[in-house]
Amino acid sequence: MKQEYTITVYTENHIGLLVRIATIFSRRKINIESLNTSPSEAEGIHRFTIVIDETEEVVRKLARQIEKQVEVLKAYYNSNEEIIWQELALYKVPTTEIAEKVKVERLLRENGARAVVIRNDYVVFETVGHREETDRLVQVLAPYGLIEFVRSARVAIIKESRGFHEKLKEFEQTEPKAALVENEFLNQQKEVFTM
Amino acid sequence: MSSATVTRETASNQTAATSTISGSKAVLEALVAEGVHTIFGYPGGAIMPIYDALYDYHDALKHILVRHEQGGIHAAQGFARSSGQVGVVFATSGPGATNLVTGLADAMIDSTPVVAITGQVFAHLLGTDAFQETDVINITSPVTKWNYQVTDANEIPAVLAKAFYIAKSGRPGPVLIDITKNAQLQQFDYKGYEPCNHVRSYRPKPIVRKEYVEAAARLINEAKKPFVIFGQGVILGKAEAEFAQFIEKGGLPAAWTILGLSALPTNHPLNVGMLGMHGNYGPNVLTNECDVLIAVGMRFDDRVTGRLDKYAKQAKVIHLDIDPSEIDKNVKATVGVWGDCKETLPLLTQLLDKKEHTAWLQKFKDHDAEENKEVIFNELHPETEVMTMGEVIRNLNEISGGNAIIVTDVGQHQMVTCRYARFNQSNSNITSGGLGTMGFALPAAIGAKFGAPNRTVVAVIGDGGVQMTLQELGTILQTGIDVKILILNNHFLGMVRQWQQLFHDKRYSFVDIASPDYVKLADAYGIAGASISSRADLRNALETMYQHPGSYLLEVMVGRENNVFPMVPQGCSVSEIRLK
Repeated sequence: MKQEYTITVYTENHIGLLVRIATIFSRRKINIESLNTSPSEAEGIHRFTIVIDETEEVVRKLARQIEKQVEVLKAYYNSNEEIIWQELALYKVPTTEIAEKVKVERLLRENGARAVVIRNDYVVFETVGHREETDRLVQVLAPYGLIEFVRSARVAIIKESRGFHEKLKEFEQTEPKAALVENEFLNQQKEVFTM
Repeated sequence: MSSATVTRETASNQTAATSTISGSKAVLEALVAEGVHTIFGYPGGAIMPIYDALYDYHDALKHILVRHEQGGIHAAQGFARSSGQVGVVFATSGPGATNLVTGLADAMIDSTPVVAITGQVFAHLLGTDAFQETDVINITSPVTKWNYQVTDANEIPAVLAKAFYIAKSGRPGPVLIDITKNAQLQQFDYKGYEPCNHVRSYRPKPIVRKEYVEAAARLINEAKKPFVIFGQGVILGKAEAEFAQFIEKGGLPAAWTILGLSALPTNHPLNVGMLGMHGNYGPNVLTNECDVLIAVGMRFDDRVTGRLDKYAKQAKVIHLDIDPSEIDKNVKATVGVWGDCKETLPLLTQLLDKKEHTAWLQKFKDHDAEENKEVIFNELHPETEVMTMGEVIRNLNEISGGNAIIVTDVGQHQMVTCRYARFNQSNSNITSGGLGTMGFALPAAIGAKFGAPNRTVVAVIGDGGVQMTLQELGTILQTGIDVKILILNNHFLGMVRQWQQLFHDKRYSFVDIASPDYVKLADAYGIAGASISSRADLRNALETMYQHPGSYLLEVMVGRENNVFPMVPQGCSVSEIRLK
């Protein structure tokens, strides 16, 4: 059964790695719903957060292909139940429309939005949340001449994760502990950082 | 550098005394330190500084000037496959680099260790559409195990060390290093060459977990009809002896993929033949009858498995592989043993009960007898007027005694040669398996001979494939290398024709291919040759070719519309294999 999965990839910060990761999806004609790159909790280590809609089997194979890349340290995948995630959205609306037809205060209150900029010509609102929440405000604002809308990629925290610091130290050893390179494909997925 | 000649020894001595060297020289020092002695390549504008440095290294590094960069990388592949070492190829930027792409893809899918070094325009010109500039890093990303662009000479020693380490460790593969011209020219403070044996984000192989080996051993010991299928992993892991001990102790019949061929001698009593679309009858049919299927260093390619949802469904599957992404990729493993088979096989052998599955092995022999009656005998001893490819290979076997390196191209001749060629030792079968690259054989054979100069190398090529990389006859001319070229000419692109006959109502669409006079052509390149079309001449012609001092081209005219059987038609199960 297809469902949303979030793939978290810890990598070296290398030029060209984005292409290598992206082609793992495009080669199999799999659409990336959202992709975010950012620093991670471990210094010098990058973190990709990729959302796709696929079956568990496909996602597992993709994660292994990603992990096969030389500059990838580790790839994890999680269903939505296993993560905490947020997306950020910005909305630009004409000030006149908003001022005349709808109370800004009500918009903010009912949609958990924040006004980032208020100018004579337009207002920029911001919401942070899950997709359904950010989508709702689009619908609310559409009748009032929504000028621009943009939503960020998902950023996600894995509930079970104990962070990457300790794992990184193991990766740096020439002779790592068995736990690092063990036969992970037979392991429990939920034990995220036991590898 | 004062002297024009640098020997292997002085190359490193001189660098110890010199602290400032060019990026180009650092590249060559890295190659010498890695034990490279042969480079295949083609110069051009953006790689000229490296070629200039090479001028002083001609004793330490032999450079083979090919006629096309594709020939260069196929030669490097052939070299790697016959020698077990890393193959090295040089090319310039732009078209030089893009001409490598087919070979990189071929090396990637066939896990061949190759380091390709390409020149690139000056760093300040990157992204300006400069002359012969192309985005080689992005073009080659999907077909390299790793690639990297060097823009500063200071990076060169460490990057080259990493390149060789990645190319040859774990599951081997091609690595491309793109070096901008300014970095090649740049003088920098050289601190010597340190080989690489660790990359933080890269684990070439795991520490073997005993519990999986134990689980695998239990399954094999309980099995009534165990069946081993093996691939190139045995050769790449240099685990031929460990593999033989494994199957001998367990009494396990073993069949090979096209790339696993020659890892086990042809005459080994447990060698039951070839898997896959044009493989042997028994191994295909009995895949769907065995109770435990033990896959060693192979990746369940679709040409091996046929229809996947009808593949070995009755069997418990044990999969030994060094690449964890292969385990469960196509066929779900009951027990996956992740590791280098050089380590895992002895552990497994230790736990095996000594057994002989005589009745089970007999089943393979029974199927073999049937295949022999229906297909093999007629192919090897035909009574038709026209010659068959099979009888050419049988005669070649009798002359070579199974001691030659056989390089094949792609198509009918490849399937026939792999089916019937006999091998006594490993690293002897060189072919383009995964990618199926026509034009592979001639340059790969040249490379194979440089990689194994004491062995006889025979390139068996069809009349289609040979015309794809004919220009490499020039490389033979210039180097005087000794390669036997055996063209099996049926005036057709035979495999496509066979499919058109069987599946497209004999609508022969653009498969009738004309050939030049190959003997005249060879003569133009200073290569001796002959063309025969009569069986009476076959044995002598092959003897002449085989014994000839130096390269020789022999064209054998074979039956135009012969087909390769058995065959598992596409989309069919391996047990639906056709004998005719």
